[in-house]
Amino acid sequence: MRKLFAGLVVVAWAAATPATAADVVPGLLFDMGGKFDKSFNEAAYQGAEAFKKKTGIEYLEFEPTNEAQREQALRRMARRGANIIVGVGFSQTSAIETVAKEYPDVKFTLIDGVTEAPNVQSVVFKEHEGSFLVGMLAAMASKTGKVGFVGGMDIPLIRKFACGYEQGAKHAKDGTEVLVNMTGNTPSAWNDPTKGGELARSQFDRGADVVFAAAGATGVGVYQAAKDGGKLAIGVDSNQNHLHPGTMLSSMVKRVDVAIEEAFTDAMNGEWKSGLKVLGLAEDGVGWALDDNNRALVSAEMESALGAARKAIVAGDIEVADYSAGNSCDY
Amino acid sequence: MSTTASEAAPAGTSTGRAAAMAVELVGVDKSFGPVHANRQVDMAIEAGTIHGIVGENGAGKSTLMKILYGFYQADSGEIRVKGAPVRIRDPRDAIAAGIGMVHQHFMLVDTFTVLENLILGAEDQFWVRRSLDQARDELIAIERDYGLEVPPDALVAELPVGLQQRVEILKILFRGAETIILDEPTAVLTPQETDELFKILRRLKAEGKTVVLITHKLQEIMAVTDAVTVMRDGAVVGRVDTAKTSREQLAEMMVGRKVLLRVEKTPAKPGAPVLSVEGLTVTDEAHQPKVLDLSLEVRAGEILGIAGVSGNGQTELIEALVGLRGFTDGEVKLKGQSILSGYQSSDPRELRHLGLGHVPEDRLRMGVVVGFDASETAILGYHDDPAYNGRLLSDRAKVVAHCEELMQAFDVRPADPLLRTGSFSGGNQQKLVLAREIQRDPALLLVGQPTRGVDIGAIEFIHRRLIEMRDAGKAILLVSAELEEILALADRIVVMHEGRIVGEMPTAEADRRKIGLLMAGITEDAA
Amino acid sequence: MTGDGLPRWVDLALIPLVNLLVALLLAGVVVLLVGENPWEALKALVWGAFGSWDQIGYTLFYTTSLVFTGLAVAVAFHCGLFNIGGEGQALIGGLGVALVCLTLGDLPWPLLLPLAILGAMLFGGFWAFVPGYLQAERGSHTVITTIMFNFLAAILLNYLLVEVLIEPGQQVPQTARFPDAGHLPYAHEVLRALGVRTGPSPLNVTFLVALLAAGLVWLFLWRSRWGYELRSTGANEQAARYGGISPGRSIMLAMALSGALAGLLAINEVMGSQHRLMLGFSAGFGFTGIAVALMGRNHPVGVILAALLFGALYQGGSELAFEIPTFTSDMVVVIQGLVILFCGALENIFRRPIVAFFRQRTRETPQEAAA
Repeated sequence: MRKLFAGLVVVAWAAATPATAADVVPGLLFDMGGKFDKSFNEAAYQGAEAFKKKTGIEYLEFEPTNEAQREQALRRMARRGANIIVGVGFSQTSAIETVAKEYPDVKFTLIDGVTEAPNVQSVVFKEHEGSFLVGMLAAMASKTGKVGFVGGMDIPLIRKFACGYEQGAKHAKDGTEVLVNMTGNTPSAWNDPTKGGELARSQFDRGADVVFAAAGATGVGVYQAAKDGGKLAIGVDSNQNHLHPGTMLSSMVKRVDVAIEEAFTDAMNGEWKSGLKVLGLAEDGVGWALDDNNRALVSAEMESALGAARKAIVAGDIEVADYSAGNSCDY
Repeated sequence: MSTTASEAAPAGTSTGRAAAMAVELVGVDKSFGPVHANRQVDMAIEAGTIHGIVGENGAGKSTLMKILYGFYQADSGEIRVKGAPVRIRDPRDAIAAGIGMVHQHFMLVDTFTVLENLILGAEDQFWVRRSLDQARDELIAIERDYGLEVPPDALVAELPVGLQQRVEILKILFRGAETIILDEPTAVLTPQETDELFKILRRLKAEGKTVVLITHKLQEIMAVTDAVTVMRDGAVVGRVDTAKTSREQLAEMMVGRKVLLRVEKTPAKPGAPVLSVEGLTVTDEAHQPKVLDLSLEVRAGEILGIAGVSGNGQTELIEALVGLRGFTDGEVKLKGQSILSGYQSSDPRELRHLGLGHVPEDRLRMGVVVGFDASETAILGYHDDPAYNGRLLSDRAKVVAHCEELMQAFDVRPADPLLRTGSFSGGNQQKLVLAREIQRDPALLLVGQPTRGVDIGAIEFIHRRLIEMRDAGKAILLVSAELEEILALADRIVVMHEGRIVGEMPTAEADRRKIGLLMAGITEDAA
Repeated sequence: MTGDGLPRWVDLALIPLVNLLVALLLAGVVVLLVGENPWEALKALVWGAFGSWDQIGYTLFYTTSLVFTGLAVAVAFHCGLFNIGGEGQALIGGLGVALVCLTLGDLPWPLLLPLAILGAMLFGGFWAFVPGYLQAERGSHTVITTIMFNFLAAILLNYLLVEVLIEPGQQVPQTARFPDAGHLPYAHEVLRALGVRTGPSPLNVTFLVALLAAGLVWLFLWRSRWGYELRSTGANEQAARYGGISPGRSIMLAMALSGALAGLLAINEVMGSQHRLMLGFSAGFGFTGIAVALMGRNHPVGVILAALLFGALYQGGSELAFEIPTFTSDMVVVIQGLVILFCGALENIFRRPIVAFFRQRTRETPQEAAA
């Protein structure tokens, strides 16, 4: 009897231990488009995986296929006991707004969107700052004085990339011409490598020799076109330099992975705070990727110029105009 | 050899019959769902004869022949060719067994020459040219043997229908057929072409071939066959030697009761003109003239029959008169009032309100909607009549009641207004259409092929109703490809050839030969 | 009675059921290949669709959307037209709903709903009327034009949401939230008022609108003279012309009505659930409507049942993806695809054996009776 009781205690204790250690039950809600989009959602996935590898804590996840599933999935996670839920993408804004009210004890982190609630943390990135740096890089690498930009779906967020890129290009070399094309007006524009390739080729035909793609999986076609045409391309969101070493000039990384890992880790350590969190160059939330794959393409001069610009932006000496501030690109 | 065979024949059969059977069907049975198309059919066709198969629509003639030709498989039963059982799984097997078939709708490639059509499906050489050269010699031999002259290098599309039919027969002979099945072969022919065909059939017989003729025209059976098998409701009701029978007896066997083949009617008492057509010219979609400067008049209390081989502008004429087709020139008056003139097709609905009834020649294409239930088909053209409609919705009860009324008046069976139109037999569908158009009591009725695909029993009924209408002082314009029908019903006959009226006569003065020549475009002064 | 002489219940119930079972069987094989237990997956699917009030709510929410798009396809089909532009018509219908709700959103919902329905039907109807007009008057096939109009609708909506209707100061391409007064009551709110405790779901009063629409479509098609004209045109255009019916007019009417029904999807999604107009809210329901109509034999009752099936697949499928992490949302799409394949595109592959079976039986029965 006593033995049995002791056994029960041991079992109870054993069961309770991981619960106390892993007070945190994370959840991750992807955006439509799928978690393996080689870009935005995939970065989110990698962040969550990194957290899992470090802590051994499993997380809940869901990929919605229609609007109604967003709220549904958030509730489902909350009901399952998730206490830190990250929603990836601005489209989750209203869903998080709604569900956050229903579950005031659950922490929500919204990536790329802003909403105000005592239990919601909004994380946005200064994409324009990162784009500014790769814009400079493009202008300096260009021999023709013309650089290209291929956007995904024509929405304000992507115009924000384009706007920063243009400013950077002109900052590096006054008079640089920037060709801007958007892939389309529907969500399929995020996943149309064929059209991406075509747009890139047409920009090459018009004289551009470096192209920056901020277009999700459409970018894959852009990078391929650059490789085939012997031109240079710049990746986005994740570090995509490895895709075509030799023609991938760099990548404008947006550390969604870091943001997610941080949200989970902070929640675990009790350091999570609600409110707006803006990640720019200063916070290393955005940046440009330099690794073995593109080392040969980036000269010391470029590297130092970008380093100086980065410092100036962080210090506030260079102010990069933000398209989303007034929905226009005035600088 | 024939003597031994006849000795082997079972007692009771006429001498030599069993020995010389080209084709025998034993206990052939076939069902399509609840429809029992062939019931334990036994049939023997003597070699070297012309054998007729008659029966009403749906009696199972076509199904039986399609089983013989391998389009369908019998559920049970046996096929024997020259006494030996054979399995016929598809037309290829049938051809191998020496059986060929001329279909109602020719299976020819219009843009090929006669010779090319001949070897179609029988090319045995890699190079078509070599096959063609060999075929040419064979073709000439066959043409000589059977008196079937056709220019080998003419395009099929350019041949008249009668010659196209010869090409079909040649095709079958070319493949070595011993038994030739013809399914309603005279439907598309002029009387002269029909005579020509019969000559060919007799020649085939003389050369030792066996001919099976499927038809519903009893006079053709009488004219050309040696023996007849009569079918009714999927079963064989009898086999008679043609020489020992009569049209009346055959008709009775087909229908199962005595049938009046002649329409009883009194002489017409024509009144004032109801329809006058003046200089009408109608072109088709390709701007080819189909009706040319045509004038005619139909008076109250008479039936005007338009005779002619199908495709000589009758369809276009009727369509123009009912407002379904615009015309380029001319004027149409109904009771002295101009109703149609000019290029635009007018609204058939309005013309109906003016007292124009129309029984379309192609029932399935135009007259009924097979997917609708009978009550819905029964208001086609009148569906917006306030009698069937409430303020917003249609009044189902009235629609159904109306249909019941029609079904009763015209003896439509089964008298179920909610049954799908397509589930009725052709004759009953036609009765429904006639009921719909006649019950409105129109001043003018345009009737195209009123008895096409209709059983003999129903034909009698339909003819009587048309005569009754005439006697009630209505004007009727009748178009029919069946010369017999025109002769039986019409008071006056006009013959159409290539869009023109080439002759006109009172029925009393009409004879088949004269009309036949006119149908072929041969006017008397030319002839 | 069908042409091949099958009993009605076989045609309407057995054949769809066999198709569904085969589809599920194949889906089971797929589940096995992924290394999961098909039985568990099926249980998760069914439980996910009907396991609790809020899950039923989601199922019926999707059903509502699919009833509208299914009816849209069915109405066009009865006129012999293939409307595959439900997606675009729904989007434009959403524009109509949003304009009504943004300008008059302060009205209480019972007043606002009829106006929004009118907006959805007018806008969606117009978007389909144009292809209808092009087919009737110019002979451009609706299959081509409605597809193109899907793209045009998406582009137009995108432009308006990015440049014109976007909520000021936001960078998400969607309109501002509609005023609360005009929000349609949720089913869970009603249920809670009645004392039933349930989790929230987007199921709202539009469900009743969908049932009503199905009833009205039935009345229109089979009990009105316009429906008669429309069906005549679809079943036999020559006969319709013979009957004095203008096929062109019927085609335009059918398309406009079809588009209006597709537009009603927006009442459910935009007014009933999202409370704002956003991109891509139609989520492919316009296309799924084709399968719903096919499986429902283009009859309103069939459409409702088929919509329920597909609604359950959507909802159960998303629960399945959540319950079994190796089962991604793509796998759910595969299962839905299999159902569409067998119930829609291949619906006749089992017809032949079933017909043969019934023929044999009808033939054997009298013989047995004789013996």
